[in-house]
Amino acid sequence: MPENSAGTMTPRRPAGTLYRGREGMWSWVLHRITGVAIFFFLLVHVLDSSMVAVAPGAYNAVIDTYKNPIMGLGETALVAAIVFHAFNGIRIILIDLWSKGAKYQRVMFYVVIGLWVVAMLGFAPRHLINVFSEMGH
Amino acid sequence: MATTIESPRTPYSVPRKRGVNWEKWGWIYMRASGVLLIILIFGHLFVNLLLGEGIKGIDFGFVAGKWANPFWQVWDLLMLWLAFIHGGNGMRTIVNDYATRPLTRKILLGAILFSVVAEIVLGTVVIFAFDPCPAGSPADLLPSFCPVNQ
Repeated sequence: MPENSAGTMTPRRPAGTLYRGREGMWSWVLHRITGVAIFFFLLVHVLDSSMVAVAPGAYNAVIDTYKNPIMGLGETALVAAIVFHAFNGIRIILIDLWSKGAKYQRVMFYVVIGLWVVAMLGFAPRHLINVFSEMGH
Repeated sequence: MATTIESPRTPYSVPRKRGVNWEKWGWIYMRASGVLLIILIFGHLFVNLLLGEGIKGIDFGFVAGKWANPFWQVWDLLMLWLAFIHGGNGMRTIVNDYATRPLTRKILLGAILFSVVAEIVLGTVVIFAFDPCPAGSPADLLPSFCPVNQ
């Protein structure tokens, strides 16, 4: 496949699809999937937080369900989605507004993945220790 | 009469409709709110999940204590409004991409609008109108500043 000036690999003939694959498409796919996931969590999160207006015991009962290990793994996945969406969002802004953004979009995708790994190494162990040390209670 | 010949690469310009270009403002909003949301949500996650004993420390007293401070009320209010409009507009984009039947599209866009408005209203009311010291509640569930704990 020839490499064009934008640094993307373009197939000579589209094989029955407009999707061209590689970093550009997959970052877009991940941005959509993580965005939808975060939106649906947000719908639930406002409802569970609203239990503070019902009764202290009602809020504590619902927030306790967030402290079990299975939910803890889900929260780690949620934060992973948020961090990717955040960093890739900055990449999108740079592609749009920085004169060299489109040229470096592929490099920036790997920078996003690298920063995401660093952020998750900071978050996941601490959160999982918090969640799993709750198990005996 | 002088005739001007446009450059061959001049794009064909479609006459623009007059009025506010909402799609342009939506595009700008996604980027501006996105940057603010990174600060607001990363701060939210840091304070609630990483400081102290993390999620184990979250209960009614923790939330009531936070919302006794106008700083966190405004922080959470901004997060609520910015995130729901950002997320709702993103969901709208996705529905516009994939929902090809007009009726399906109308139903889905209506559902998004309804849920966004309902959640923003509910969240706003709860942040400012909930009672941190409801009468008759067990004192050990309430924040330390409540009269029963003085």
